[in-house]
Amino acid sequence: MTATAERPTTTIFRRPSSTSGLWSWITTVDHKKIGIMYGYAAFSFFIIGGIEALLLRIQLSQANAEFLTAGAYNALFTMHGTTMIFLFVMPTGAALMNYMLPLLIGARDVAFPRLNALSWWIFFFGGLFLYSTFIFGTSAAPVGVDGLGGIDGNLAPGGGPGSFNFLADSPDGGWFGYQPNAGPLYSPGTAMDYWALGLQIIGLASLVSAVNFLVTVLNLRAKGMRLLRMPVFAWMTTITSFLLLFSLPIIAVALFMVTFDRQFGSLFFAAQSGGDPILWQHLFWLFGHPEVYILILPAMGIVSEILPTFSRKPLFGYSAVVFAGAAIAFLGFGVWAHHMFASGITPVAQAAFGLATMTIAIPTGIKIFNWLGTMWMGRIRLTTPMLFAIGFVAMFTIGGLSGVTHAVVPSDWQQTDTYYIVAHFHYVIFGGAVFGLFGGLYYWFPKLSGRVMNERLGKTHFWLMMLGFNLTFGPMHWLGLQGMVRRTWKYAPETGLEPWNVAVTVGGFIIALSILVFMFNWFTSRRRGKESGLDPWDARTIEWMAPNPTPEYNFAVPPVVTSLDHFWHLKYEEDEEGRAVRKEDADEVVAAIEHEQLYPESPIHLPNPSYFPFFFALGLPLMFYGVIYHEALWGKALIGVGLIISLAAVIGWAIEPLEEPHEEHDGGEAREGGVVAHPETEPVDHG
Amino acid sequence: MAELAHETGLEHAHPEHESTGVENRKLGMWLFLSSEFLFFGALISNYLLYSNRAGFSGTYPSEIYDIPFTSVSSFVLLMSSLTMVLAHNAQSREDHNGARTWLFATAALGSVFLAGQVFEFTEFVVNFDMKLSTNPAASAFYVLTGFHGTHVAIGVIMLLSLWGISRRRGGLSDKQGLNLELVGLYWHFVDIIWIVIFTVVYLLSVPPA
Repeated sequence: MTATAERPTTTIFRRPSSTSGLWSWITTVDHKKIGIMYGYAAFSFFIIGGIEALLLRIQLSQANAEFLTAGAYNALFTMHGTTMIFLFVMPTGAALMNYMLPLLIGARDVAFPRLNALSWWIFFFGGLFLYSTFIFGTSAAPVGVDGLGGIDGNLAPGGGPGSFNFLADSPDGGWFGYQPNAGPLYSPGTAMDYWALGLQIIGLASLVSAVNFLVTVLNLRAKGMRLLRMPVFAWMTTITSFLLLFSLPIIAVALFMVTFDRQFGSLFFAAQSGGDPILWQHLFWLFGHPEVYILILPAMGIVSEILPTFSRKPLFGYSAVVFAGAAIAFLGFGVWAHHMFASGITPVAQAAFGLATMTIAIPTGIKIFNWLGTMWMGRIRLTTPMLFAIGFVAMFTIGGLSGVTHAVVPSDWQQTDTYYIVAHFHYVIFGGAVFGLFGGLYYWFPKLSGRVMNERLGKTHFWLMMLGFNLTFGPMHWLGLQGMVRRTWKYAPETGLEPWNVAVTVGGFIIALSILVFMFNWFTSRRRGKESGLDPWDARTIEWMAPNPTPEYNFAVPPVVTSLDHFWHLKYEEDEEGRAVRKEDADEVVAAIEHEQLYPESPIHLPNPSYFPFFFALGLPLMFYGVIYHEALWGKALIGVGLIISLAAVIGWAIEPLEEPHEEHDGGEAREGGVVAHPETEPVDHG
Repeated sequence: MAELAHETGLEHAHPEHESTGVENRKLGMWLFLSSEFLFFGALISNYLLYSNRAGFSGTYPSEIYDIPFTSVSSFVLLMSSLTMVLAHNAQSREDHNGARTWLFATAALGSVFLAGQVFEFTEFVVNFDMKLSTNPAASAFYVLTGFHGTHVAIGVIMLLSLWGISRRRGGLSDKQGLNLELVGLYWHFVDIIWIVIFTVVYLLSVPPA
């Protein structure tokens, strides 16, 4: 032991040791801090994406409006979609997974704490890189298109009257970036390069997380936590990670192809030279459809935690819910062409993909009926998380049903590129994923703060959001069926579409109001909310056996799990008629657990903070800026600088041990980094 | 809980956790490689889509492959898998000199393969005027084989790093021995992908319709 302790620490910098302040956040490898950073960043992007949506809605609230220019409109819907999917829903899911996964399975951290920090920083810099397009990006009118047979007619950026024209210099090819429209010929300028490379960076972050979460789940479960005893959210995290693992490389290839086309003159999607525009669609949707399940499965997992807790019943058909999730993920790889029914694929392909799409309704239906079965005959408590979970089931079902109508090919031809599609995917992504995520934030808020969020404000948030949501996206069904086209900045007054568009815009602002209520609630409850104690919800799963707020070490003594809903069975037993009855000593049991978990008997060693994930991630956007401007000397230099920073970080990382060698426990003071929790140490702000 | 550990048959693996028994980093590498298969799968599909599509201007890659030459460089790369195994074997016998030698041999063979690729690309561009921007088939060829070459290059860098560490410290510790095994997994993966590329892209190439 002494030999290792005296080994010289070959690091370039002194090992970071801050436990508070900016550097503690930059160098942290704690999955909880990383989750918090993910959460706040994602929420900031949510606000930006929301403002973009509101600007779009103001433009559409009036026929022939002149509020936005066409170019600004294109940029806003592109960035709204890209932001909400890649910078809000995915990272909010990642935030909850990061914070909760180790707690759910009874671990002290994820398998690779520094890789976890790396994922977060890559994501963060990727988001900043993408958004820096508003400052540095350019877009220009297509050049020389006339010469190719008069396909001119693309609007020059900012064409037409209106305001917010400065936004027109941003990515404007849609979140799906269809080629060759988003290629070098029709979207010259750098804006779409920012889009393609920004998504490339963000995708890398998710890939790293996926590997990390999978190893965590497979190797770090607490004793007795067999796979089929894991909470459903842990299961859905696992399944989502597999989806990420297998779908991200495909979009990575597609985005590399776009970048090569745009920067280095390859011809993958150059239709004038024989490149195939449909190839992009196949690759994009081969990723894009699993992506839909990447967004929704975490929310399904969260709801599967909330419903049993507040129905005071076990999840109905636990293994069916788990396997249905796996089935959805598996089938999700075989349905991508239903996004392409109008692209001229053969009738056989249309029939096959239509049928495959309909089969997805089966596992989805299994889940919905299991959730209903969970609530059936339960003693339901309508708390805020429960309201969001029920809202999820209802809204997601509506979105699922309109989804089945897209599986019917002739019906889909009618709906393609209309607002009906917009209505559908907002019902599943907003009505589904976002409701579920908010439910999770309310449910697990005590784990973060040691307090519960204000119920009255929470319910206000829920009902406002429910109202605003349905007013926004319900009428879009009718608008779409009446023929209102997506991605079009104007409609004529004689179409008669204006009244419903006004309703939609009003609904959008109601959603915005509900989000303000949520933010107010979050920040006031964080400081002044009611203290939660160990078990505010009378919960079922073992994350509630760790104190609130969660100490740095999670569990002083990782629980030994003996059943599904382990915590519940410590508190409840069955009477002769099979009803759950609270054990007489349940309160003492909870108090004993809290005491045991708050006051570790021996020091707990945790991974030390590290500079290297931050610097590794910092190199990537520099390299990618360099790729965009590679024709200039400074662009080439930037690639070099980025490479050097990342390589240096890799070398530092490789020679830095995860945990600094520590002395044998002598009951002494905390070492550098404060990573050793001592029996005497009081956990922070626990009441 | 001994009973439970016994039930899962993992009582030796990791006493504190339920676990697969596979070391974390090794499991992570396997998962990463499973993702890489999809990466190359997409690239190979692109190539197959364009490789013999009629009507492109300029040279098609399938018209100018030098099969004997590429066979030799493929053989060199396959032999590097053998030397990689020998390095791993030497490490597990704690034969540090042997491990170091075989690591270097693997890196050297990988470098020979890379040199072959550089020669091939130069040949294609200079003598046959087939550039990245000649036609979609050429784009697909260069990007596919280029990404494979990049993977080989990263592998060579990792091998040389291990070799350097071993040289400085007189051998690899157990922990770094695991690194050697991880690099080995990666190296074999890169080789397997090359077998597929060599077969599907070079040997089974169909002239343009």
